Amino acid sequence: MNAEVAIIKTAAETALAQAFSQARGRLPGDDAIAKQRAAAFDVFAKAGLPHRRIEDWKYTDLRALMREAKPLAAPPDAAAKARAKTAGALLGDVETRRLVFVDGAFVPELSDVAGLEPGLAVGSLAEALSNGAPTLASHLGKLAPASDAAVALNTALMGDGAVIRIAAGATIERPIHLLFVASDKPAATFTRSLVVVEKGARAMLIESHEGPAGSDYQVNAALEIFVGDEAHVDHVKIIGEGADALHVSTLAAAIGARARFNAFTFTAGGAVVRNQLFLKFDGEDTVAGIRGATLIKGRQHADTTLVADHVARGCQSREMFKTVLDGEAHGVFQGRIIVRPHAQKTDAKMMTRALLLSERAEADNKPELEIFADDVQCGHGATAGALDDDLKFYLMARGIPRPEAEALLIRAFVGEAIEGIEHAGLREALMDAVVAWLEAR
Amino acid sequence: MSLLEIENLHVEIDGKPILKGLDLTVNAGEVHAIMGPNGSGKSTLAYVLAGKADYTPTAGEVRFDGKNIFDMTPDERASAGLFLAFQYPLEIPGVATMTFLRTALNAQRKKRGEAELSTPEFLKKVREVAAKLGIEQEMLRRAVNVGFSGGEKKRNEVLQMALFEPRLAVLDETDSGLDIDALRIVSEGVNRLRSKERAFVVITHYQRLLNYIVPDVVHVLSKGRIVKTGGKELALELEARGYAEYQEEVPA
Repeated sequence: MNAEVAIIKTAAETALAQAFSQARGRLPGDDAIAKQRAAAFDVFAKAGLPHRRIEDWKYTDLRALMREAKPLAAPPDAAAKARAKTAGALLGDVETRRLVFVDGAFVPELSDVAGLEPGLAVGSLAEALSNGAPTLASHLGKLAPASDAAVALNTALMGDGAVIRIAAGATIERPIHLLFVASDKPAATFTRSLVVVEKGARAMLIESHEGPAGSDYQVNAALEIFVGDEAHVDHVKIIGEGADALHVSTLAAAIGARARFNAFTFTAGGAVVRNQLFLKFDGEDTVAGIRGATLIKGRQHADTTLVADHVARGCQSREMFKTVLDGEAHGVFQGRIIVRPHAQKTDAKMMTRALLLSERAEADNKPELEIFADDVQCGHGATAGALDDDLKFYLMARGIPRPEAEALLIRAFVGEAIEGIEHAGLREALMDAVVAWLEAR
Repeated sequence: MSLLEIENLHVEIDGKPILKGLDLTVNAGEVHAIMGPNGSGKSTLAYVLAGKADYTPTAGEVRFDGKNIFDMTPDERASAGLFLAFQYPLEIPGVATMTFLRTALNAQRKKRGEAELSTPEFLKKVREVAAKLGIEQEMLRRAVNVGFSGGEKKRNEVLQMALFEPRLAVLDETDSGLDIDALRIVSEGVNRLRSKERAFVVITHYQRLLNYIVPDVVHVLSKGRIVKTGGKELALELEARGYAEYQEEVPA
């Protein structure tokens, strides 16, 4: 045997191993699930927390950023549930069907589970795991990359989440809102959700994450979405965690033929955020818009890592990510577009732009194209810079004071990405959130 | 007291002197034309009045309505009634023209202690002004100057001027890039605003604009100083004879 260097575990890695060994007996699911959990934990244990020498985590050294692992969250008490009633304020008056999770556990009494539209089925993952729901065997873990450390940990420790199925041809008008709220107990939650949208169905899914400032809680959330042929799915994720939280979330989607898929991530909260998107274009002639807006300040760190994998021919994808950085914030964008040999006529364009409001802020952009087909149109662009002084002067020369002039330009900057959201109410709510961020700057 | 008083103004850009002792006095109700060859400092004068960074005054004084303008930020100058029509109006992607106009107008009004306009009041005002300048509503819905032709951008500058009703408007080569129809529309827009309370400084390279906007006083700017001042006939003289003699006879 080669003289391999023994892996020295960090305190966080040791704590995670202990948490898993203590919890594995009571985590929901049958033997098959238990095996899946064990295998996933092995993947994690072998590699440990990802660090800067792992290319995909180069700019987000989780081993350094995650000093300790918090204990698994206990079921929420009445007080925590009561506080969660005021959650979701960012959405304003957008009418949604709420599915509320407090400290990672589904809370039916806070959720809108009655009067489901025809074709819509919702439930909790913990329940589905305990009942051995057949959807799980056929779908769970099929999309999220098992080799990713965050996904592996999620699979090993997943406690609850949403399981949603939308029947073929159904149109669900009211957006479904998965609302994840952390209580003031600094704990770790591992939520896993599964959404299956069948052929020709239409749905909008909002996923929001929030919690109190002053609590260094940890969130690991994963969502797998199956988008059937000719389906139309919008996904909007709002990362509004408390100022001291660590948030790692993963969206993994497989998109069928002639479908429409839009994903948007709005990031403003959290001390450390890693937002992962793994999208696979499995069917022909699908149109997708993958966008995001991140506004961070102070010492916040936010990483968006995207893999758009074009497997089938004729798909169009547009990726646009805007990041505004103030203070000593650190923004990361890694975007990889893969075009497989059969994915001829792929049209993929990725644009990422960072706006630096402070000289101490840092933006890292890593766009990559891996193209194995010869008849494609692919491109990417990346820029990073300060606000344009000439534009600022033009606005000021019209009587607009400097802070307002800057706010107008910053709003326009992120607005270009937010504009891509089809739901008007949500667009407005997010623009309001941008204004609020600017006012608190 | 004159509306604008410039005394012995020296201005540098990146350490390079551009204006070298410029004197100019403009009274309310007057239209002054400033003509001069390329590089004489015409645009520098416009920018330094509006307050652009990197245009550093090193000597002299500029008083607007008796106040030292170097104590005022660009937005304060605008709110006090100073307007610059840009030679190259900027494109601002993502900011709708209407939002821009309203934000600017209300910021100025707020600074002056006037009530902000309500949405209906504002819309009425913009529509009136736009109609006179032949500006379509569709243009106002677009982002500021984005996708506008050269003529549309200049008309948009005049629209802003008409909307803000400044006390002093500095027009920096507003005629450049305009065809004859656009020139007429823009000039009519300016002429409608002429009044006893308002003054104009019209910066131009060519006499053509001054057929439409007839000045009271014409100045020749060369190598950073005003080298000759006369009536409107001076513009015709310059058109006929060019700037050569002024470029040569300026004392160092």
